[in-house]
Amino acid sequence: MTYIGIIITFVFITNFIFTRFLGLCPFIGVSKKVDSAVGMGFAVIFVSSIAALVTWVIFNLILVPLNITYLQTITFILVIAALVQLVEMMIQKISPELYRALGIYLPLITTNCAVLGIALIAVQEEYGVIESFVAGFSAGAGFLMAILLMSALRERLDREDIPKAFRGAPIAFISAGLMALGFMAFDMTLLKNLIG
Amino acid sequence: MDLLQELLLILYALIGVAGLGILFGIGLSLASRFLAVQKNEKVELIEKALPQVNCGACGFAGCAAYAEAVASGNVEINLCTPGGAETLKAIAHIMSVDAPEIGEKKVTQVHCKGGRGTAEYSFEYSGVKDCNALFLIGGGNKVCKYGCLGLGSCIKVCPVDAISYDDIGLVVVDKDVCISCGKCIDVCPTKVMRWIPYSADYIVACNSNDKGPVTKRACKVGCIGCKICEKKSPEGGYVITDFLSVIDYSQTGDRNEGAEKCPPKCIIKN
Repeated sequence: MTYIGIIITFVFITNFIFTRFLGLCPFIGVSKKVDSAVGMGFAVIFVSSIAALVTWVIFNLILVPLNITYLQTITFILVIAALVQLVEMMIQKISPELYRALGIYLPLITTNCAVLGIALIAVQEEYGVIESFVAGFSAGAGFLMAILLMSALRERLDREDIPKAFRGAPIAFISAGLMALGFMAFDMTLLKNLIG
Repeated sequence: MDLLQELLLILYALIGVAGLGILFGIGLSLASRFLAVQKNEKVELIEKALPQVNCGACGFAGCAAYAEAVASGNVEINLCTPGGAETLKAIAHIMSVDAPEIGEKKVTQVHCKGGRGTAEYSFEYSGVKDCNALFLIGGGNKVCKYGCLGLGSCIKVCPVDAISYDDIGLVVVDKDVCISCGKCIDVCPTKVMRWIPYSADYIVACNSNDKGPVTKRACKVGCIGCKICEKKSPEGGYVITDFLSVIDYSQTGDRNEGAEKCPPKCIIKN
């Protein structure tokens, strides 16, 4: 039941884009076309699941015994950067098709604060190893949902007659804000009603 | 808490972070050796020789995809029209085959000058700014159904921004920027965008196959098929078919006389 709770929490209730406002750079930058948005979304799912898992291991096996947990932020940045590099190399070797599909989005994720965010939140909430992984996966899934909705919206926005000053990023931010308002419908009460 | 303990804490922090950093560094360098992907040298060379505009004129997803296909040896090496003769020569050299001859560079041009003030409009359009959308409504908002609709769908697809609006709300192609990818020709619903040789001195800026009086009512600068250009410049390659003069550019004779005597002045310098 905790896993379902974590999934619902990170996909809907505290969606990284609409509630926590993390990872807005790729959210605005890569949401111009549905194809590339989906690519970016899956790359984030992939990296954030693995990053949550690996950072849990590093935190609990290295930082806690050494009593240097205050260094978690810089350590996690290090871990995520190295991890993305490694994952990129492995994908290129094992599946060139997937590598071409993810393309430039993979290295871009190194600087995506949503990934760092999920690693830090998982530690803060004192999740177990599988819970961390599930949290990472569902945070990525929430990001995929947000960027997919946004890109579908922006493809339609392109054809609208928008006042010149609002074209491009401004209208995208306004739309994202309205979507965030919509996501306020998901809150903890909903979670309690769903799974008690 | 004494000094020793504090020093120990600093040491742990140093060892922890530096150790992790060194570990990752060594791990990554090892990984890059074991996981190195052997790239085909030919592919890289060919990719460098291609113009890198990713226009898709060759029928592949981009320059990288085409380079790979060429290196595999299963496709023709002359599919890159934007690159022209130079790219072809470079690829032929890399693949060590003889370069096939290609003709003169082709560019596109809009064969219409009937805009605001010269052409008649049948209704005002304020819908989606897309030529194909307007074309669905009875073939456009001009009385003439052959001309340029002026909503700039070609401007949007042009990968090198060679197309721009002129002063009467129609579009014009800059032949020095055009890379001959043909995307504008594919997107244009009225087929008013046509191929011309790069060296073309004159174009007949009209696409109307209507009879003379019909064209005249719809547009002041439309070709009425009067054949004066053909008579005044017999060597100029003017051919009138279906009430429209089209220049046969393989004829290199004088076209100036015919252009000057054209009653609606639709033969213009390119």
